Amino acid sequence: MKSLAITIESVHKAYGSYVALDDVSLDIQAGEFLTLLGPSGSGKTTLLMALAGFVRPDSGKLFLGDRDITRLPPNKRDIGIVFQNYALFPHMNVLANVAYPLVLRKVPRAEARQRALDTLARVKLDGLAERNIAALSGGQRQRVALARAIVFEPRVMLMDEPLSALDKNLRETMQYEIRRLHDHLRITTIYVTHDQREALIMSDRIAVMNSGRIQQIDTPQRIYDRPSTRFVAEFMGEANIVAPGSARRIDGAEASHETLMIRAESFHLDAKLVGGDGVALEGILRTKAFRGENWLLTLALDGGQEVLVCIPAALAGGCAELAAGQRMTAYAPAAKVHAIPGATA
Amino acid sequence: MTVVRDPALAADARRERRFFLSLSLPALFIVGLAAILPILWIIRQSFLTTGGEYTVGNYQKVLSSGLTWSALVTTLELSLGTLAACILLGTPLALALASVRPRLANVLMAFVMLPLWTSILVRTYGWLVLLRRDGLINAALTGSGLTAEPLPLVYNFTGTLIGMVHYMLPLFLLPVYAAMRDIDPNLIRAAASMGATLRQVIRTVIMPLSAGGIFSGSIIVLIYAIGFFITPAVLGGGKVNPLSTRIERTLSTFQDWGSASVLGILLLVLMALIGVMLLAARRLVAQNTVEASHA
Repeated sequence: MKSLAITIESVHKAYGSYVALDDVSLDIQAGEFLTLLGPSGSGKTTLLMALAGFVRPDSGKLFLGDRDITRLPPNKRDIGIVFQNYALFPHMNVLANVAYPLVLRKVPRAEARQRALDTLARVKLDGLAERNIAALSGGQRQRVALARAIVFEPRVMLMDEPLSALDKNLRETMQYEIRRLHDHLRITTIYVTHDQREALIMSDRIAVMNSGRIQQIDTPQRIYDRPSTRFVAEFMGEANIVAPGSARRIDGAEASHETLMIRAESFHLDAKLVGGDGVALEGILRTKAFRGENWLLTLALDGGQEVLVCIPAALAGGCAELAAGQRMTAYAPAAKVHAIPGATA
Repeated sequence: MTVVRDPALAADARRERRFFLSLSLPALFIVGLAAILPILWIIRQSFLTTGGEYTVGNYQKVLSSGLTWSALVTTLELSLGTLAACILLGTPLALALASVRPRLANVLMAFVMLPLWTSILVRTYGWLVLLRRDGLINAALTGSGLTAEPLPLVYNFTGTLIGMVHYMLPLFLLPVYAAMRDIDPNLIRAAASMGATLRQVIRTVIMPLSAGGIFSGSIIVLIYAIGFFITPAVLGGGKVNPLSTRIERTLSTFQDWGSASVLGILLLVLMALIGVMLLAARRLVAQNTVEASHA
């Protein structure tokens, strides 16, 4: 059994009548990369700041390993943090920023310098040590912030939407780089983002949060394919919540009486590509849009509900000929049809 | 590749620039009239005898007088003393104001600013009431038995300094507070997360980043303090004589415009010297922070 790096025990935090954290409990394994995913106001940053020690919970306990850190001041927690706006010291150059935590720890000058330079090389910033922070690009600042958070080898690293200020291409590069860095250093990492793709790409596990609660915590695949609530289903990509009775079994057997979640990209237009235990949805084509790698169709079911159907361009032989208003059927294999317990469409 | 510029567009650009430059003319005119001309007049006056003939006798007389030099020393003592007190009292106060909740900070700031809304004469005589031998403070001190004799708090250097610091503190505080307010709270959090104690955060992050504000505040304090007149005149009781009171006496008692002008020029030179020294100090501090930050 792996050891626990972080334990969060029923943490509550309210600001006046606004509940930011509502009985949040979470166990994080040593070396794990866990993402807190949720819309703004879901409590994910509050939880991160509580771990860092900048937000004092109203009740509950926080443990780092076996140690109760609930009342420990931030500077004693030994946690590396990458802030959303990087929070680099503008009056220090790159090297001084990265060496800062080492200087605080009374590491001898020459050693601190060497370790800072090594860490800068690790985040591919060799040669920029003497630069001023103001002279760096957004991506470079991001790397300095990363270097500064790992240089003192903290047990835990917290990252608060670190890539949100970068443009799309750079963001994707950094996602892989941060993950690679994590795999190399194995620092337990808690990563906050509102970008579900980012969470899927980077995480060992994802905790989806909404209105101060953890809705579901699981591997990216299970979060995506087997959402436990309607909120999780809809937050993670193009999900269709299909009311009981709207879907029929292809083989004619009795259909499920549960609310179903079917991802837009799970559909096929050809029944032969789907087994007999799959489901069929019938309706009228409302709109169709070509999006490069796929076609996006909107299908109005007989009950009036609209369903998004996403067909990969490579498999969408007939899509170009489809006309709005025409009657059609979309098929989904049983493995891709997921019943959401207790949900109503 | 050369691009042929459209002369009409270039003319538009020139006209725009000229318009914005012209906006500074009224201010330039007033500064010229109210500051430059009088200074030129004083310089001319300093070289004239009472009879209106050119002479360097005023300079000889003033610079050879012991009173001038003791006034100069008093001016420096008062100015630097006020500055030191403002830095020691104002910097922690600004830090406190910048750290509390914004609403509380506004209330506290209003208290700090309150003295600025009161006439300096009223305030100075207010201090007299508080500080003199039978004043409130001495009555409290002797009444409670803390001191056997009333303390000499006024009509001396101490009293003058108290009055001046009281006047200058808000002026010093404003730029320092503004600088500290502008520091990104995440910088402080970042420093703490890396292990910095509050003391270390203040020394390595807050102070370097508010150095600009402290510098501005210091310049404001010195500019005011060097020419300060009312407070030394009232609370100094004739025993504290900086250059400003010497100028006044030279004029009102001796009607010696020539000597007064020389003293005025001395004040001007002093200000210029201090300005140069402060600028040099700032450059040094800036260099030091960069070097100190090199691990």
